[in-house]
Amino acid sequence: MYDVVVVGGGVVGCAVARRFVLEGAKVALLEKGADILSGASKGNSAILHTGFDAPTGSLELACMQAGYAEYMDIRARLRLPVLETGAVVAAWNEEELAKLPGIVQTAHANGVTDVRQIAPDEVLAREPRLSPHVLGGVLVPHEHVIDPWSAPLAYALQALVNGGEVRRNTVVLSGHFANGMWRLETNTGTVECTTVINCAGLYGDILDQRLTGEENFAIKPRKGQFVVFDKAAARHLRTILLPVPTERTKGIVITPTAFGNLLVGPTAEEQDSRDHAAVDEETLRMLVDKAVELVPSLEGMGVTAVYAGVRPATERKEYRVRHETARNYIVLGGIRSTGLTAALGLARHAWKLYARMHERLTNPIWPQAPRLAEHCPRDWQTPGYGEIVCHCEMVTQREIEVTLTGPLPAQDYNGLKRRTRAGMGRCQGFYCNARVAEMTAGRFANPLAVGGTHG
Amino acid sequence: MVDVAIIGGGPAGIAAALTLKARGVRHVAILERESVLGGVPRHCGHPPFGLREFKRLLTGPSYARRLAAAAEAAGVKILLRHSVTALKPGGRLEVATPEGLVTLNARRVLLATGAREAPRSARLVGGDRPLGVLNTGALQAYVHLHGLVPFTSPVVVGTELVGLSALATCRSHGIHPVAVVEAGSRAVARWPLGLFPRLLRIPTYYNAGIDEIIGHGRVEAVRLRDGREIACDGVLLTGRFLPEASLARLSHLAVDGRSGGPEVDQYGRCSDDAYFAAGNLLRPIETAGWSFREGGAIADYVADDLAGGLPAAGDEITLVAGEGVKFVVPQRLSRVAPLRGKLQLRVERPISGQLRVSSEEAVLYKRRISTRPERRILVELGEMKPPGEAKRLLVEIVS
Repeated sequence: MYDVVVVGGGVVGCAVARRFVLEGAKVALLEKGADILSGASKGNSAILHTGFDAPTGSLELACMQAGYAEYMDIRARLRLPVLETGAVVAAWNEEELAKLPGIVQTAHANGVTDVRQIAPDEVLAREPRLSPHVLGGVLVPHEHVIDPWSAPLAYALQALVNGGEVRRNTVVLSGHFANGMWRLETNTGTVECTTVINCAGLYGDILDQRLTGEENFAIKPRKGQFVVFDKAAARHLRTILLPVPTERTKGIVITPTAFGNLLVGPTAEEQDSRDHAAVDEETLRMLVDKAVELVPSLEGMGVTAVYAGVRPATERKEYRVRHETARNYIVLGGIRSTGLTAALGLARHAWKLYARMHERLTNPIWPQAPRLAEHCPRDWQTPGYGEIVCHCEMVTQREIEVTLTGPLPAQDYNGLKRRTRAGMGRCQGFYCNARVAEMTAGRFANPLAVGGTHG
Repeated sequence: MVDVAIIGGGPAGIAAALTLKARGVRHVAILERESVLGGVPRHCGHPPFGLREFKRLLTGPSYARRLAAAAEAAGVKILLRHSVTALKPGGRLEVATPEGLVTLNARRVLLATGAREAPRSARLVGGDRPLGVLNTGALQAYVHLHGLVPFTSPVVVGTELVGLSALATCRSHGIHPVAVVEAGSRAVARWPLGLFPRLLRIPTYYNAGIDEIIGHGRVEAVRLRDGREIACDGVLLTGRFLPEASLARLSHLAVDGRSGGPEVDQYGRCSDDAYFAAGNLLRPIETAGWSFREGGAIADYVADDLAGGLPAAGDEITLVAGEGVKFVVPQRLSRVAPLRGKLQLRVERPISGQLRVSSEEAVLYKRRISTRPERRILVELGEMKPPGEAKRLLVEIVS
């Protein structure tokens, strides 16, 4: 019997589970995938947003700013990185240039008062490799980059080591609320609790329907493809380069990553499938061309990785947050690209909506996130690591072993990659894939090796 | 302080070490990031290796073991699990070891970090991203180093020599490729090797490419550009080698965007004259035997240089890859007479015409050529005399 069951182990669910555990609630986090972060949270642009361009007065803005502040407050204790890049919204034509003052105005209205318009020469002084065709920009000094996987992992770990439960491979099939209590039927058994928090992301509407029998909102999956350039590209751009947004999307971003690469994306492609995140060559080439157009020195730069994520957009732009007090049910739905920033803020918001009191943990344990950011100390810099398994990303044997045997161990290859970066470098496993197959033998339901050479 | 630090313990690096020791250079160290010496041949469980070096027909792993034993016997300092993390001006290396970080100073550094195949991402192959999409190098590590198989019925992409090597590896380990897919109109490998897939009765599709990889969790099928769908449980991406040049790229050294390797002169000397480079790092791709000889030849220049016998860097002629030419190695020529050594070229597409090296209006070298991508093309430097004022030589194929 739990106080709270959080459904969905994406960044929002992990942050919510953490918050409720810290507040003293008895919490279970249910995730249908083999690992946390296997839905929308596995593919995003990893930006910690100031909220400068969010709708003024919105819940989204409030959660982003609360989330940003809490991230900065807790990050040292969880050993989470921040790459202080700043961002420039660049205008490439007169129409875009005309929109810049409005962007500054919104930013100031949103309390992000250090945002200012800058002239083309100041843009180029900051980023000399940018195309000289830039007509001007808006500088957002505190828009930064984080590790999009270690952050939510650290939230889930903190929930776990302080008494929360994390159940993976667990799908909620139905739920019934009676006498102040939920009975959730799952593929791994019945779970009882007083409150359910729906953080099911791309499946948020389906879960909502299963629990309430109503159609309150509809997820409209929106795919985004990304291209990651080699580490040599990182010296070509130090600032997040944002486009002037259109009505529909924030557009294609070029940004440094915490891992020392340069990322371009996402596209915004409506599709029916919630979990089919395919890439296509034409779009990937378009992204490469776009990056070269804006940063011409990237011509010929090698590509390290390509990926796609699906974000849980809905038929409306705003977050779909709902609290049904009559049946102890909270929905945090329609959380799109700002979710990485807003998650901690959303978790506080959910706690406020919940409005019950538990005995707050006075001295919680602060687990340590993996050390994956390129600008921070890495594991290989500390002796005793055994061997380097992934040479491109300098991933050690020790890191992989901890990931396989520690709390919340990786249960599939993607989970291992997100926790260690093994296989995520320029050779994409040419050198380490077989060694990783050996190290993970017997641990994954979907193993790297399908058998041995002798039978 | 060592006299020469060699980064990479494959055929080129080991050959260089042996040559340097034979030339009487005292402190020669090989820094190898793996736990054993030998490099890529360690995974290639088939002949022919070692014909020139050891006068024997060897498999890759036994060739690699012999190389390692020779280096040890010659008194080369072998530093395993040493990962060089940064190249600094003048021959200072930052190195990660399991015992901690160290800085190593070398009078000369030889880069011999080899090459690897382009992964799926660099080829921009579309579709899902399931398990089972590998390069030949990874497959061979599965079967030869770890006794594992990553799939049982893959589609094999590419018909370079390494693709045929991949087919051989599959056949000897109970893996049954269901198709071979080649982008060109015929096999890249020379006749009769290109007939290999047909001899194995594996359907081969030319002028074809993978449009989409399909599969949740694992590969289930691929869809080709013509719409044909082939059921399979893996995709083996072969060939399309890239120099493993990331250390050089992230350093102060000049890198050639065309070859993908560091820029060198005819002595293998980089833009910082404390650094030299040899082997497949210079260009994709040559055989182990070629890399071995090249490592030895460049080590000879390194030994000359240590004894003050190499022309100073500085007064140089730049080589420019022109029409039809994918890359030229070396990229610079130290202005000496007579020139020695060879230019190595590759082409971008199947091409016939006159291969020409010229300075302004003067044609210094020409010959008829009909060739295809990945084929070795050599030009004897001794056959050309650049005019004294020449700043650049254009290498092109005029159809």
